[in-house]
Amino acid sequence: MKFIDEFRDKGIAEGLIRKIRKTCTRPIQLMEVCGTHTVAIFRYGIRGLLPEHIRLLSGPGCPVCVTPNKDIDLAIALSRQKDVIIVTFGDMMKVPGSTSSLQKEKAEGRDIRIIYSSLDALKIAKENPERRIVFLAIGFETTSPTIAVAMLQVKEEKIQNLFFLDSQKRVPPALRALLQSKRLGIDGLILPGHVSAILGTKPYQFISKEFGRPAVITGFEPLDILQGIWQLIQQIEENRAAIEIQYRRVVREEGNPTARSKIYEVFEEDEGIWRGLGLIPNSGYRFKESYKWMDAKNFDVEVEPTREHPECLCGEVLQGIKSPLECRLFKRVCHPENPVGPCMVSIEGTCHTYYKFQ
Amino acid sequence: MCLGIPGKVVKLEKNVAKVDVGGIVRDISIDLCPDVSVGEYVLIHTGFAIQKIDEEEAKETLELLRKMAGAI
Repeated sequence: MKFIDEFRDKGIAEGLIRKIRKTCTRPIQLMEVCGTHTVAIFRYGIRGLLPEHIRLLSGPGCPVCVTPNKDIDLAIALSRQKDVIIVTFGDMMKVPGSTSSLQKEKAEGRDIRIIYSSLDALKIAKENPERRIVFLAIGFETTSPTIAVAMLQVKEEKIQNLFFLDSQKRVPPALRALLQSKRLGIDGLILPGHVSAILGTKPYQFISKEFGRPAVITGFEPLDILQGIWQLIQQIEENRAAIEIQYRRVVREEGNPTARSKIYEVFEEDEGIWRGLGLIPNSGYRFKESYKWMDAKNFDVEVEPTREHPECLCGEVLQGIKSPLECRLFKRVCHPENPVGPCMVSIEGTCHTYYKFQ
Repeated sequence: MCLGIPGKVVKLEKNVAKVDVGGIVRDISIDLCPDVSVGEYVLIHTGFAIQKIDEEEAKETLELLRKMAGAI
């Protein structure tokens, strides 16, 4: 078993679509929270296969897209310090800050390096003891434990020149904010498979208990997504609301407690600022006392005042309120080579996905 | 960003596993999945195994899907 091809079987997919069409009797709106789901849904043409009365909305599940401008501006200001090396996941390079981007700064000669894993940052720090290394720590619960492991190793190996610019986010509080929003009617949630591999089902229970909505933790292959949609429709038709796991081969009820314990060794929950959604209580982290020295926000640098493009609709696109097609900039001014907002930058951003597949 | 790819553990050395990903063997941290064994599959995210993949569950899901798809 390869755990990929088997879940792309055309015959089974056709059977599932027939079943979905037959079972779903009323108009419903489902939100796929995760950007990886959005890409898979477009890549496999799933929207076009569903009946018209099942509407899929794309949510805020792209860590690059929800990083606020002021954090990008700070990263840019830090990159201009002579002794600083910025290390980052590749997706962050093109994200426009108020007047520049890391890619533009790199072209100007700043030392900005793309890494694949948080552990690569440790290696760069050891190889450059005379420089200060700043790792742009972005990501959801899938990535946060890997950042925490790097921080634990910094402490253990007494590395003194690796710092973290934290813009990580926690997914469940953002879902609460979305469900509280009166502008969106969400009948069910397709929950992110890999965030949930860490979290398990418990942090999502409020979705069914407090908001009466069903939610299904779903994998990323086409059959996973169709089965996830099918499980949601079944719950809606039966007037049930539970947190179910479709992606059973990877997600356990209890999640990954080892990974969660790493996060909470170094961080405490704190408010988080999301592009588009604003300040959400408990949706971010702050450094625990003995790790505070690693916080790159302590650096003494001057950051330019934050500015956003007045016509960019990323904020509303992230909440599922508007489609990229409603944005005046989409395809005209804003495209992957010249992105105005972060949703066009990230390969998992909703605007980028629409541009590529629609 | 939350991409994960499956791979098979072929060797273990302390907290690093040699993992076969589609024929290419890579070093993967098992700090987040310490109880993994040789021969098991793991889900890899940014150089870390973040969860074991349960082959039995995968087979059950596929079996269920086949039945559902054929039941109409």
